[in-house]
Amino acid sequence: MSNVTNAIGRKVPTQLKGWNKVCTPYKGPFEIVKECPYHDRVIPPMRGYTPGRKKIAANLKEAIERSGLSDGMTISFHHHLRNGDAVLPMVLDVIASMGIKDLTLAPSSLTDAHQCVVDYIRSGVISRITTSGLRGKLGETISSGELASPVIIRSHGGRARAIEEGSIQIDVAFIAAPSADGEGNVTGAMGPEACGSLGYAMVDAKYAKHVIAITDNLVPFPLAPKISIPQNLVDQVVVVDSIGDSTKIATGAARITKNPVDLRIAKNAFDLICASGLLENGFSFQVGVGGASLAVASFLRSYMREKKIKGSFGLGGIGGYMVELLEEGLFSALFDVQSFDASVTASILNNPLHMEIDQSQYANPFTDCIVNQLDVVALAALDVDVDFNVNVITGNNGVIRGASGGHCDTAAGAKLAVVLAPSFRGGVPTIKDSVQTIVTPGETVDAIVTERGICINPRREDLLERALKAGLPVKDIEKLKSEVEKLTGKPRPPKLDEDRVVAVVEYRDGTTIDSIYARKQN
Amino acid sequence: MNDVTVCRSALYIPGNNPGMIQHCPYFGADSVILDLEDAVAISEKDAARKLVSSFLEALDFGKSVVVVRINGADTPYFEKDLLAVVPQAPEAIRLPKCESPKDILFADELITKIETAHAIPEGTVKIHAMIESALGVERAFDIASCSSRVEALTLGGQDLLADYGIQKTQAGHELFYPRARVVSAAKANGLLAFDTVWTDTTDLDGLKKESKLACELGFTGKAAIHPSQIDVIHEAFKPDPKEVHKAKRIMASAERALSEGKGAFAVDGRMVDAPVIKRAQHLLELAKFYPEFNLGDQGGVKDHV
Repeated sequence: MSNVTNAIGRKVPTQLKGWNKVCTPYKGPFEIVKECPYHDRVIPPMRGYTPGRKKIAANLKEAIERSGLSDGMTISFHHHLRNGDAVLPMVLDVIASMGIKDLTLAPSSLTDAHQCVVDYIRSGVISRITTSGLRGKLGETISSGELASPVIIRSHGGRARAIEEGSIQIDVAFIAAPSADGEGNVTGAMGPEACGSLGYAMVDAKYAKHVIAITDNLVPFPLAPKISIPQNLVDQVVVVDSIGDSTKIATGAARITKNPVDLRIAKNAFDLICASGLLENGFSFQVGVGGASLAVASFLRSYMREKKIKGSFGLGGIGGYMVELLEEGLFSALFDVQSFDASVTASILNNPLHMEIDQSQYANPFTDCIVNQLDVVALAALDVDVDFNVNVITGNNGVIRGASGGHCDTAAGAKLAVVLAPSFRGGVPTIKDSVQTIVTPGETVDAIVTERGICINPRREDLLERALKAGLPVKDIEKLKSEVEKLTGKPRPPKLDEDRVVAVVEYRDGTTIDSIYARKQN
Repeated sequence: MNDVTVCRSALYIPGNNPGMIQHCPYFGADSVILDLEDAVAISEKDAARKLVSSFLEALDFGKSVVVVRINGADTPYFEKDLLAVVPQAPEAIRLPKCESPKDILFADELITKIETAHAIPEGTVKIHAMIESALGVERAFDIASCSSRVEALTLGGQDLLADYGIQKTQAGHELFYPRARVVSAAKANGLLAFDTVWTDTTDLDGLKKESKLACELGFTGKAAIHPSQIDVIHEAFKPDPKEVHKAKRIMASAERALSEGKGAFAVDGRMVDAPVIKRAQHLLELAKFYPEFNLGDQGGVKDHV
């Protein structure tokens, strides 16, 4: 396997073992889009059925047999039920029992609910994986090099692009359906395990050769009042006892933090957003639901109320807090590709201003995606470096433990991308000389905000000027790094085997931005 | 006070919590109080003392004024606390349960010895005397005036209410007399005066009202027990924009009068004398901490470029 050094200075392979793919090295955040804005889109097959055909399969095994799934094919899942998903384990169990092997697993992401994938890697059912993220035992397994073919990490926008251009060719899409009718109309907005938006699954349904909806809430035709994925995109319906547990979608992060460090970070970020001049009528915003991020939204809420500012739209992973802001009239609309807690489902079902969007509309760089209209995004990070590159994939021990998500997509699209992180965690500094894994290139990150101060990317002289004028605690990133290292010391990097690539991180445009290496055991 | 003449907030940080101490300069408080007394269980007194001493030596507290609340003279920890803390020369020792000048002079003597032993100029480490008993309230003036080491009087509301045998009310009228007395004693001696803590961290509206009251009574600052209280306290101590505008005009007229050799002058038809100028100066110092007044220093960290 030969390697090249890409435009951000990372050694990346030109080919990937086990994948029929030529790897193009990363050239810059918008180089490919500028050079070649026209991108071929694959044409999904039409599947004609005669009237009276029954779409409901007797069981999962029958549905898989009918789908024609066989060795070497590609299967997909969505992760809208996050830690509560039971469908992926259920399907892989049946597939394994049928003796099907050497599959490519192409879910939108893999969560703590998907640790069983380790067993299917070891038994040869799964041979290749492309995903947004990996965690827990599965991350450790991949980082130890147990899977012969490197995992391809794709952002949400990058996955949509890969599916639409044909880099991911889904043979069978298995769609966990919180509600479905017998003709295959599906929604996530209703049902005992409602998960809200089905934004990731919508792309799979459009482009997969065969689509199986798996539901525990079969309703009489027609599914009403909302259909997220229509029957003409679904081939079969399977009814099971349970698709999972929607209470596990939110991971306890839905409340505003009381942690003083997180609150300080959030306040600094909010002050920077104010200083940027973007916070005015028509403002658009995306924020996560964890720790400091949600606290930023709470500061915004007070400010927007006080100043009578009406925002244009909230985007992305939508949690209950953003719904409250919509209902309060602080935003005109929400675009929801993924709902972060089950409480959002009532809003997506009943409020026409809360709109479900698909993964491509959200962030595919070769479409006029909505991230391009974002004013501000507040993002998290595992660690960052002095060039403002951000890692959200590998931990300090070199093991894969996170997800690319929409991080690089929103950073590229937003006018102001603010990364929030404590200056150290567990005694390990967050700002490194060089992050182990680049997911989001520093060129697209405007500021890194910690409790100890705000580091502004030197590319944004305008922002620096505004921040200084507002009296914000601006710090040079090298100085802040030194200040923190005085307290923590400088950690030794993990020992990695650079001859063994266990995963590559694809930038949203399909180029390879970084390699993830196997962790040395000793 | 390290050139800081304004100290609106004093944030208590438990002396046995390294996670909080390492971040405390960044919570935005004008002053931090590393607490070895009530926040620390008896079993952790020794460890907390060592921890605080180490942090005083190693951590850059930036612009935050650092004060250490030690254990009272009636405890076996009092002397050990001073021996561990004074050599690191914090701005001040917050001395609990001060009831008479004797309490101050006892601590003063020991602090002087430690300063001398460590070649620290005598009087470097100040005393913030906590008034938290009825007797202390009645002797506030004597406590304030007995030593030049005393820099501030601080009201300890919880212990004081216990001493009075009464409950705290939302309105806070039960503390009106001790508040007024402590402020008066502090002002009579040119000292800072800190109001007691607001203990309900979820009730920021209550904190806002009480902070405003403290400000109006003449306190120069208020203690806080959670970082979320700091902004509320600062907001309460924010001067009226009209007053700031007037203070600017007074100072401009004063400079003009000085250059013209005039002794007296009028602003808005009213004669301006030395106390008015002094008040205007103080108001403008305070206003510097609020960006909206555009007076330069907002109290933030600005080390970029």
